[in-house]
This record gives sequence, structure tokens and C-alpha cells, in this order.
Amino acid sequence: MNRTVFFGALTVAGLAAVAASAGTLDDVKARGKLNCGVSTGLVGFAAPDASGRWGGFDVTICRAVAAAVLGDAEAVEFVPTTGKTRFTALASGEVDLLARNTTWTLSRDVDLKFDFVGVNYYDGQGFMVPKALGVSSAKELDGATVCIQTGTTTELNLADFFRSNNMSYEPVPIETNAEAQQQYLAGACDTLTTDASGLAATRAAFENPDDHIVLPEIVSKEPLGPLVRHGDNEWGDIVRWTLNALVSAEELGITSANLAELSGGTDNPEINRILGTEGNMGEMLGLDADWAARAIAVGGNYAEVFETNIGENTPIGLSRGLNALWTDGGLIYSPPFR
Amino acid sequence: MADNNTNPIAYMRETPLPQLDPPASEAGLGHWVRQNLFSSVLNTVLTLAAFVSLYFIFTSTVPWFVNGVWQSESIRGCREVLEGATGGCFAVLTERWNQLLFGFTYSDDQYWRPTLAFALLFVAIAPVLFVALPRKMLYFTLLYPLLAFYLIWGGSIYATISTGLGFVVGYLVYSRFVASSFALGLIGGVVAAFVTWWLGGFVVDAIAPATPFLEEIPSRKMGGFMLNMILGVVCVSLSLPLGIALALGRQSRLPIIRIICVVFIEFVRGVPLITLLFVANVILGYFLPPDTNFDLILRVIIMITMFSAAYIAEVIRGGLAALPTGQYEAGDSLGLDYAQSMRLIILPQALKISIPGIVNVAVGLFKDTTLVSVISMFDLVGMIRGPILASTEWNGVYWELFMAAAVLFFVVCYGISQYSQWLERKLATDHR
Amino acid sequence: MSTMTDPPQSAFRVSMLLSDTRYRGYTFQAIALFCLIIAMAYLGMNLVRNLAAAGLNISYNFLGAPAGYDINQRLIEYDSQSTHGQAAIVGILNTLLVAFLGIITATVLGVTAGVLRLSNNWLVSKMMSIYVEAFRNVPVLIWILVINGLVTQMASPREYRGDDATSSMWLDAVAFTNRGVYIPAPVWNDGSMIVVLTFFASIVAIFAYRRYVRNLLYTTGKLLPTFLPSIGLLIVPTILMFYIMGQPVGLDYPELKGFNFQGGTQIGRPLIALWLALSVYTGAFIAENVRAGILAIPRGQSEAAASLGMRPGRVMNLVVLPQALRVIIPPLISQYLNIAKNSSLAIAVGYADITATLGGITLNQTGRAIESVLLLMLFYLFISLSISAVMNIYNNSVKLQER
Repeated sequence: MNRTVFFGALTVAGLAAVAASAGTLDDVKARGKLNCGVSTGLVGFAAPDASGRWGGFDVTICRAVAAAVLGDAEAVEFVPTTGKTRFTALASGEVDLLARNTTWTLSRDVDLKFDFVGVNYYDGQGFMVPKALGVSSAKELDGATVCIQTGTTTELNLADFFRSNNMSYEPVPIETNAEAQQQYLAGACDTLTTDASGLAATRAAFENPDDHIVLPEIVSKEPLGPLVRHGDNEWGDIVRWTLNALVSAEELGITSANLAELSGGTDNPEINRILGTEGNMGEMLGLDADWAARAIAVGGNYAEVFETNIGENTPIGLSRGLNALWTDGGLIYSPPFR
Repeated sequence: MADNNTNPIAYMRETPLPQLDPPASEAGLGHWVRQNLFSSVLNTVLTLAAFVSLYFIFTSTVPWFVNGVWQSESIRGCREVLEGATGGCFAVLTERWNQLLFGFTYSDDQYWRPTLAFALLFVAIAPVLFVALPRKMLYFTLLYPLLAFYLIWGGSIYATISTGLGFVVGYLVYSRFVASSFALGLIGGVVAAFVTWWLGGFVVDAIAPATPFLEEIPSRKMGGFMLNMILGVVCVSLSLPLGIALALGRQSRLPIIRIICVVFIEFVRGVPLITLLFVANVILGYFLPPDTNFDLILRVIIMITMFSAAYIAEVIRGGLAALPTGQYEAGDSLGLDYAQSMRLIILPQALKISIPGIVNVAVGLFKDTTLVSVISMFDLVGMIRGPILASTEWNGVYWELFMAAAVLFFVVCYGISQYSQWLERKLATDHR
Repeated sequence: MSTMTDPPQSAFRVSMLLSDTRYRGYTFQAIALFCLIIAMAYLGMNLVRNLAAAGLNISYNFLGAPAGYDINQRLIEYDSQSTHGQAAIVGILNTLLVAFLGIITATVLGVTAGVLRLSNNWLVSKMMSIYVEAFRNVPVLIWILVINGLVTQMASPREYRGDDATSSMWLDAVAFTNRGVYIPAPVWNDGSMIVVLTFFASIVAIFAYRRYVRNLLYTTGKLLPTFLPSIGLLIVPTILMFYIMGQPVGLDYPELKGFNFQGGTQIGRPLIALWLALSVYTGAFIAENVRAGILAIPRGQSEAAASLGMRPGRVMNLVVLPQALRVIIPPLISQYLNIAKNSSLAIAVGYADITATLGGITLNQTGRAIESVLLLMLFYLFISLSISAVMNIYNNSVKLQER
């Protein structure tokens, strides 16, 4: 209760002895809200709309977890975090789950003591240039001024790419997407670099998108995924399998349209196990039987979440590419529900 | 001797002539222009330079204002209306005005609450600012913090009442004991207030209705210009007592207390506010007990209060230093102890001298509240740089938004600084 | 004559700790110290417990690890293989650079605006009022963002390219672009040292000459011209030496090559934007201080000087400003401190100061929040204390001349 916290802060500043943490799942249930760390505004992934409601690809993951755990997709407190604050927010317990297009790297996993529970989007760093510049490959960018939208591991990849190709460049680091775009359009830099998905979103918002191209080179691997604190494996499992449930749902053809029908029971045992009409998957996770059904009901399966937020029919217009199911030649794969 | 009966003067005018107009070269517009604009070579050069720069400023901004589009759904709509002509897309202001003022998560049907709190702020602050107003209004001023808190955050009215009760009980205990010793009174008052709050916590939790009269709004939902106002008002008010204590501590004869205060003041004044905000955002959590989760706004209030307290302490120290030593000696010779002489003689005068300085610190602090946008809070600047510029509808509208933000801040800060100057003139009792 | 007898020495009682003013001070200090220690210990314990719970530690080893990112504005050798520590040093130097430049221009701007605001030219004084009020009453962050936006509106190097270029270089030597200003860089060949030494020698000569003129004025009342001879002394010997030595100092002109101008010296856009914003913002405050300082000088002073037959310029320079300086300097110090501290907003324009390197990308990549922010605060503290120390020494030296 916020008021109690407020007065607690004003009065005793937490002099009372504090009981040891009982695990994130219990905390979330007791609180009745999931605290989910998201970006401060990246169209398609996490951004508030005109009426202030958060939406986007990462946001849907948060809502799905909230639906699975609490039964209410709206029981999420979105905590906007910057590149600087996201890790502390998670480490200090301010958020239970960080779904902020964060690249899975060894040092973050090991040194910063986080657990990446999976990959919800396979991204890579790309370059966008004006067509008029006549550049068709990133290898021709020797001597260019590069606007970097600081974010995941952008600065490091860029330095590596130019060093390995023995090229020079002048970096201009910029905090927000809007300012990067302003600099780029004014010609203050020759090329804009960030994750390819971000480039697509930025380009889509231009006055003349056709005057700009995204170069074919992808200079880094950016597996983006939700992460939780190291050491609370039960909570990590819940987030991991919520994500897997969305992927499996696509693979098995469970959509938001036929969810209700399939929940009644089907001939396919795996569908039944996911939707809780067979087996005790939910119980193993410490949840109830239809947790996955609720998670899928939020925004549909992985394909539907992708299409509504960042797919080809949205202003961002990303194709599935690497993020197609493994059966379609992509990398999206879920371990079996068994 | 001349004959007195005959008047040697042939003619004497008996009515004065009407005054003539000054010569044409010394009056009228021409004179004013020559006197004020072209009185010397240097002045002429300056005037011409000023005209040239004014010309450039006007030619570059006027079409932008005149052609401005005020009604549109998105920046694309603006571009269609303008058809390539220069013009501002002010539609973003009409479309997102409420978000600029209140942030994007504060529900629309509750906007009246912060607005009312803001309006009442003037009523509450008026008797402090203008001595001519009836002194009875000060009671409302005392009540205002609770009222504003209840209006903005809402929730159970009992919690607010219990807070107020704590202050009342604290004051009663203080006034009971202050006669024997100020320290005893102060400590007793504080303890009593805390005990009341602690007990009140239980009572409030027990009797709080399920659906409070005013819906509770978590501070995470505060945003926009409202957040700047809240941070500015709350932090300045909280930092006043702290600043007075620090200033007295710095002047104290007790070395340990003096050292503590000096180190605190110099440390806080030596670092930029933004590093303190980083502390609030990324570090403070580590220093608090595990599982206590202050929300960000509270952590930020703590740090900004510390920041402004250090500056206010320096202003008040200046006021204390400006008092003649005779005032201190007068207190001593009346047999007053430290607390009494400070309370009754020194502070009232020192604070009066310090008011303009304090107002300046307050204006500076209010402007500095925009820095919270750097740590991912959506204040006015944060709203612009974050959700609004990141949205697909308004991606690329830049000048209009920052101009609006600048105007909002200018109106408030200019108003306060004009008041401060008025006050300075009023308080100036020396004759120069 | 009666002597005061000491009050009878009473034995020390515990209650005297509170009731006796001789001991009460100690009691309060002990309580304060005790509270401080308790608070520190409490915070420290929480820190240890929290870090242990998260499995983290406090370690400064990351400063020795390769940073992995590049910095566009660097005063020392640095590349992506350098360490985080070196990146921090680059940031420190950049902070000092922008603060130094900002202090100079803000002072010039502030003094000009402050004096002009008191000018009897109505238009100019009104314009200066508008400038001062507009900048004083709007947050510096907004001004930094707006000025950065304005600087970005300058011509792009692209517009210098091709046959239908819409922009051209100024005197074929200076290019103003939104990536920065490109100016020719001097090339030092053999013998250039002598030219430089000549230049410094002539500066010394100017001071010597002015001193001589002043002494002459005081002793004999004879006034020699100073302005033109000074200019002559400054330029003529250096130019003569330049040609005698066979033009040893060349200029490396910037040239459009590839994506950018190459050669010459580049002053990057982030530096310009931040420098400009800090100068005009702080200049407005300095203008107010200067105006207040000048107004604090009684009118009688300038009237007295005028009645001695001094020209207005001399009245200002010789009578009013020297006295006003004593009023102006203390607030000026705090404005300089503000420039140093406000330069931490570099992060908003992409200038690589210490907040953007150590407190930005390094913190971002290593996640070492406590260590980075602590170092950051210590650095700013050091800078602030140094500036106030230096300026206080100067302030005292000005004060000593008071009679």
C-alpha cells in the first residue's frame, strides 16, 4: 500500500526489522501487481499511446506474465527505465521483470547476476543512410560520422565493426530516438545506427521513408529477451515458460480466436497440456491450470503479438526474418511442454 | 529721489505668457529617437545592429507562427495542411496539452484535483507573500499541505487526518515542554508526532473504507508540468526547516556539529544535481533496507530536498552574518539561552533579510526539476523527449514543444522573480 | 575594585550534562556524533546486505578493463581498446575544456550584456533585458536542447558538395557545418619556434610599454597613446620575423573529402552546442550580477569622475568597474561553479564529458553504478572546491586593496 510506504518512509525510514525475501512470485501475488521494467518509449516495443496506455511487443510479454500469474493482464505497473537505470532497477528489486529490448550477453548474465529467460526477438545492429549518399554497403562508411542511439551494446559493436574493417569514423552518441532522428535528418551525421528493428521503426516515421535505406550488413547479434534476477529460479521459470507458451501456441495453431474453443479439450495432447486440460504443468510452476491460456489470451500467440505490434501491417513493418518459427526457417523455438 | 507716484515703466505685463512648446529638435518622437537611439556614434552603431538582428529574428519566426497549424491529428496532417510552406505544427500542443500538464498516466477525470490544488496554492501562499492580507488566512496555509496532499494523492481521508493529528499532537507536546527547555520541547514534540503517526497507521488501516472518496493515485502516475510543480513546491517547503537547521549548525560554537554541517553543505553544493539524481535513481536503493521499496518520486524528493537545503542554508547563513553583533549580544544580555535568542531575536530578522535569496534559490530549484527527465521520469521535458517525440504521430515536432515548455517555465519563474524584486524594494530600509 | 570570586566548585553530577551550559555542548555533540555514526553504520550495513543478497561486490577493477567504445572529442590519445579509466580521463578533460571555454565566453557576454543593459540606448537596453529575463527564467536543460537544435539546423557538409552546392566555405578556409566548425590548423615547420617566441616577446613588450606610459603619466602628467602602438607591437615584429624566417608557419586548410571535411581543426558540434548554451545561459546571470555591481556604486562616483573631465569610457573603466568588481566577484564565482556543474548536462547533446563517459556509457556497459557515481561525485567535488579556492584567493587579493 503506497500510503503506508510513504508514511513509513517519512516516519521510521524502515527502522523496523525486515523479513527475508520470500521469493518474487509470492511478492508479486501479495502485491497484486507485476512491476515490469520497460523502455522509456520505443515505438512498437514499449510506448504509451495517446491515452497513456502502454503497448508494444515487450509490453505484451509483461502483460502475458501478469495474466499468467495474477489472472489480470492489466495488473502491471510499467516502470520506464533508461539504459543506465534498467539493471539497477532489476537488481534492487524495483522491478520483477525487465522486458526492455536488452541484449543477452555473457557479462550481463554472469557478472551482473541476471538470468535471461529466453529470446523474444532476434535483432542485429544495422545502419541507415540517405539514398542520396550513394552508399550501398556498410564497408563504404570509412570516415563517416555515425549517430549512435545508445542502448543495448550499440557503441561496442560499432567500435568492433569499424576496427575489424580498419575504418575510421566519428561517433555521435545520442540518448533518445527522437533526437537521433533529428540529427540524422539534418545531416549532422551520415548514418544512423541502432538495432535493425529500431531503424525500421525510425524510418517508418520519416516524411519520405523512401529516401533512406537500411544497409544490408547486420554487424552484431542482438538476442533481445526478458530478464530476471539471478537466484530466483521459480520466478525465472514462470517468465521463461510464459514466453515459451506464446511460441508453442503459434507452433500448435492456438490463436486468440480459437483459444476458447481449444480450451474445451482437443485431440492434441500438447495443446491440452499447455491449456491445462491435461497434466499438471501449472501446478509444477506454482500457478493454476489455465495460466498459459490466460497468457495467450492477452495478445494471442507469438505470431499475433508480432503482427499487431511490429509486423508488416504496422507502421514499423518488420518482416519475421530470423524471428520466424523454426519450422519456417527462423530461430524461434520452444522446448516441449511435457 | 525719483518720483514715486509716476511709473517709469511704460508697460508691464500683468498675466504670464503661455508656455511655448520646446523647440522641435528637443521634443516629440524625433527628439526621443535622437536621444535614445542615435545620441552618439557608438549608440547609432548599436541601434543599427539591434535593428538588423531584430529583422532576422522576426523574418525567421513570424511566418512560422502565422502559418502554424493548430488542428491536426498528427504531424503528417500538419504537413498536408502546410503543403511545404514554413509553419509550426502547434496541433501537437492542442492534442497533447493535458499530457504536457499532467503526464500520460493520470486519469482524465481526475485532472480537477491537481488543478484545484494548484489554485488553492495561491490562496495558501498569499498571506505569506503579502503582509497586508488578513492574518487569519495563515490557518489555511497551515492546513494547505495536508489538503494538497489529499487532493493530489487521494486515498483514505483518515490517513491524511492522522498525519495532521500527528502534527497537532506534536505541537501541543512541544508547547507544553518548551517553557522548561527548547530541546526537551522539540524532542518531545517530534516523538509525540511519530507515536501518533505510528498508532494512526493501525487505526487508518482498520477503518479505511474499501473505496475512498478520492481514488488513490500512486505517485508513479504523476507527470508533466504537474510533476515539476510538485517537486518544486514540496522540496522547497521541506528544505526550509532543514536549511535553517544547517545554517545554525554551521554557525554553531560546537565543533562537531559545525563540521558535520559544513561537510554536508559543501559536499552537496559541490556536486551537480544530476549526480544526486543518479544517486536517487541507481544507488539509494542499495542503502535502504532490503524490501523497502520507496517509489522513485520519493527518492528524488529526498535528494532534491537535501540539495536545496544546502543552498538555502548558505543564503540564511548570509542573513545571519549580516545581522549586527549587537543583536546577538542583546539576546545574551537579556539572559536568553541559545534557543530562545535564536527563535525570538536572531532568526526572525535573519530570515527577513534572506527572503529574496531564498526566492532565488526556489526559482533555480524549480527550473532544475527538469533534470529528473534524465533519470526516466516523465516531467514536462521528459514527456516531450520521451512519449510525445517517440510516438508515431508526433515524431519530428520539436520546436513547438520546447517553445511551449519554455513559455510555461518562463511565466512561473518570471512571476516569482518579479515578486522577489518587489519584495526586495519593499524590504529595503536603507536610504541611498 | 572588587574581584569576582569563582562560584564554589561543585562536584560533577550526571544531570549537569543537560542543565549546565558548560557541559551541555558536549552532550549535544556526543548525541549528534552518535546519531551520525548510527546512521552511517545503518546505511553501510544495508549496503553490505543488499550487495550480498544480489551477489555483487564493490570493485574498481573495471577501470582497467578495455572500454570498447570510441569517443569523438578527445584531448588525449584514446581508442576503443583503451581502458574505462582512460575514457574517464578523456571525459574529465572534456568537462574541463567546456567549463573553461564557457567561463571565458560567459564572462565576456555577461559583462557586455550587463553594461549594455544600463546603456542609455533604449532599444539596446530593452533587448538586453529581454535576453537576460528569457535565459534566467527558463531551465538550462531546455536551452541546451533548443540551442543544440539550432546548431543542428546549420548546413550539413553535404550542402558543400557537388556543383550545385548551396553552401560554401568562408574565405575558403572556414566551414560552419552542423557537425562542427572546421578551421585551418597551423603547421609548424622549422624555425616556427622563433616566430612564436617573437610573438610572446611582443606581448611582453606591450605590457612593458603600457607600464611605461602609466608611469610617465603619473610622474610627468604626459599622456602617450597606447592603443595603436600596442596593436603595432603585437603584429609588426611577428610578421617581420615570419617573412625573415621564410614563412615557417603554414596552414592546413580543411577540405571536403569523402563524408566529411578532412584536415584543419574540427570543433565538434556537441562541444559548440554545449559551450554556446552554457555561455548564453550563464551570461544572463552574470549580466545581472554585473548590473547589480555597477548600480551598487553610488552615482556620486561617476559624477565626480565626469566633473574631473573624464570621458564616459574612462569613467566606466577607471572609476566604476574597479569598484564594482568587489561586488561582482563573489556571485561570479558561484556562476563559474554553476558552469562547471551544468556542463554535466552534456549528456543531452552527446558531448563526451565525464558524466557521459564514466557516468554514461561506462556505467551502462559495466553496470558498476555505485563505483561510477561515487567517482563522478568526487570529481565534481574536487573541481568545485578548487574553483572556489582559486577564486577566493583572487577575491582576497582584490579586497586587500581596499583602504
